[in-house]
Amino acid sequence: MLSKAFRIACAGGAAALALTACSSSSSSGGSGGKTLKVAYVKFGNEIAVDAHMQKVKAQFEAAHPGITVKLDPIAAAENDYYTKIDLMMGSGSTAPDVVYEDTFLINSDIKAGYLTPLDSYLSTWSDWSQFPDTAKSAARGIDGKTYGVPMGTDTRALYYNKALLTKAGITMPWAPKSWQDVLAAAKAVKASSPGVIPLNVYAGKPDGEGSTMQGFEMLLYGTQDTLYDSSSKKWIAPSKGFTDALQFLKDAYGGGLTIPPQQELDPNIPNVVSGQMIPAGKLAIDLDGSWVTGAWGASGAKPWPDWSNAIGEAAMPTQAGAGKGTISLSGGWTLAVTAKSKNKDLGAQFIELALNKDNSESYDIADSQIAVRNDVAADSKYQSTNPTTAFFTGLVPVTQYRPAYAEYPKVSDAIQVAMEAVITGQSSPADAAKAYTETLKGIVGSDNVAAGSS
Amino acid sequence: MAPRAQLAGEELAGAVGPIASPRRARAARATRHLPLAPALVMLFLFFLGPVLWSIYSSFTNAALTGEGAQNPQWVGLDNFRRLFSDPNVTNGIWLTVVFVLGSAVIGQNLLGLAIALLMRGRSRWLRGTVGGIVVSAWVLPEVVSALIWYAFLGQNGTLNQIMKAVGMSGQDWLYSSPMLAVIIANTWRGTAFSMLVYNAALDDVPTDVQEAAELDGATGWRRLWSVTLPLIRPAIVTNLMLITLQTLSVFTLIYVMTAGGPGFASATLPVLMYQQAFKFSEVGYGTAISLLLLAIGAVFSFVYVRVLKPEA
Repeated sequence: MLSKAFRIACAGGAAALALTACSSSSSSGGSGGKTLKVAYVKFGNEIAVDAHMQKVKAQFEAAHPGITVKLDPIAAAENDYYTKIDLMMGSGSTAPDVVYEDTFLINSDIKAGYLTPLDSYLSTWSDWSQFPDTAKSAARGIDGKTYGVPMGTDTRALYYNKALLTKAGITMPWAPKSWQDVLAAAKAVKASSPGVIPLNVYAGKPDGEGSTMQGFEMLLYGTQDTLYDSSSKKWIAPSKGFTDALQFLKDAYGGGLTIPPQQELDPNIPNVVSGQMIPAGKLAIDLDGSWVTGAWGASGAKPWPDWSNAIGEAAMPTQAGAGKGTISLSGGWTLAVTAKSKNKDLGAQFIELALNKDNSESYDIADSQIAVRNDVAADSKYQSTNPTTAFFTGLVPVTQYRPAYAEYPKVSDAIQVAMEAVITGQSSPADAAKAYTETLKGIVGSDNVAAGSS
Repeated sequence: MAPRAQLAGEELAGAVGPIASPRRARAARATRHLPLAPALVMLFLFFLGPVLWSIYSSFTNAALTGEGAQNPQWVGLDNFRRLFSDPNVTNGIWLTVVFVLGSAVIGQNLLGLAIALLMRGRSRWLRGTVGGIVVSAWVLPEVVSALIWYAFLGQNGTLNQIMKAVGMSGQDWLYSSPMLAVIIANTWRGTAFSMLVYNAALDDVPTDVQEAAELDGATGWRRLWSVTLPLIRPAIVTNLMLITLQTLSVFTLIYVMTAGGPGFASATLPVLMYQQAFKFSEVGYGTAISLLLLAIGAVFSFVYVRVLKPEA
């Protein structure tokens, strides 16, 4: 049902956008005090950012009398949120002052001239020293300036239903050593618990970057290939790893081990997986992000007190157990000030307040984020609140980062197209990989593409 | 219709003309158009403006994010070159033609004609009931009818529930046969328009011609083919032209029902254009697709005007 509502929302998007434009211009032109507009996503189970912003708004308004913080929670699935904020930031009359930006998009938006460098503010912010260099670099443009402050980061791994896997004859704790182990466990569940979906790997266009990162890259980075070779500065395609990752999807989807493709291609599927399927015991294994348990906490969208007894976590193995044996990927979101904002100083102050130690900590706990601030990461309250924190933080040594260059969002789109073609049976993995190679050459230029292993 | 009305206006003006002096007539003609000025300005600004802008941006790499957002560059014919080597566009053209032929030319047009013919000479009560039901599908906002069909054909939809109740196994129709699903939905939605056009046209067919043909021993089919259809030919052309152009640009219905998927299996050009411009952020390329859509509309219109030209 939600997906219909969502598609309708999209169809009416232009109209809604026009309305936003009207309302924002009328409110900011109003009486005496200034208005600070903050845009972020609030969709399905993603309600933690909204709760955080409500809290910071109250603190900020108390500290700055006469200033009103206007929150703009955008109800849109991942891809539509990106589209919407890009459209909003393109015009001075609709641009919010503070925007919630994915590190995946930030380089592209920096290049688009949508964001303001924050260096002059950060240099006088004593807390900035608490952010480690890797976190600082997440939102650094090619000009060396910093455009966003990270709220937290994440890693990715396999969640599994302990009872279902035990019933399938798998010894606990589950620790798969290769892709074959994962598929074998899924097949065992299919045999022992008919009616249960054995495995979820996100795929296809509707789920956007979630498909690319939680689904495809968790596979690809476990092969000997990657998307981008930073030493030769070339994008890698075609490669055996790319085709193999698609083949894994074909095996899983074609073998009936996953959510049926027609249901998987619903933009609301991440919410269905974490909000319904896993708590109801309808899904045995889920390849997903560290934030998923946030939905099950006391303040989450789907409180589930007993989840830590029912659900276990296992690191995602590499293709055949090579390398470090396991793999993870990290992303995360930042807060940034837009280039067209008329209240840049206030915007920066809002971010500094929103991500001070206490606020960072409460947000990281509520949204099951991996803390980026050293003082939060070292805090016992943060370490003890969520039983999975130690596990997901422990994946940091094997984690990889996306080549989040300005072209990356388009590359990600091309990957989603390839995945969807494979899971719907419209293309073979080899053909889809070939089509991807052609699209990639169109995006980054043939000179910047090199073949990987074969 | 419009040109004829205008012509009548000119004739009227001409009839008044000789009484007044030529100069005053010219001045009167100029001031007569003055009240149109605000409307014309609006039309240029909000109708022609976006059209010109979209033609311009189809030659640039305008984008929602990245380099193309800050400084769109003139890329010449790059977008069009890409257009003709992109398999999704070829597929989109094909799907658009199938959609127009299936749901407009065959579905809405023939069904509308059939209903209009069957309703001729029936009781007022029957005409009212049938007409009311058909028109109610047309009155609904597009997004509502799309939702109705989504609910009917979806995985847990009404159709599958009914099939389950009678012991048949359903399937996800929107996934297994997306084009058929959107064609049926669009036929359902648009038939009323054709029916109304043909109802009006058939009312104008003189009964004496029909009776004469009947006396000459023409059968029902023969009368339809040789008498009725030639007489309503102008209405057929108008109707085909209008529903074709309408159907070419159908977006909401398909987007809500299948979002162009699975894969690109129901991505007609409007849906593809939206995806390229707003999902993949390539506004320049998206507008190039919109121009292609314009060209296809022109081809259809040309064919109708040529092939079905009313004999003067």
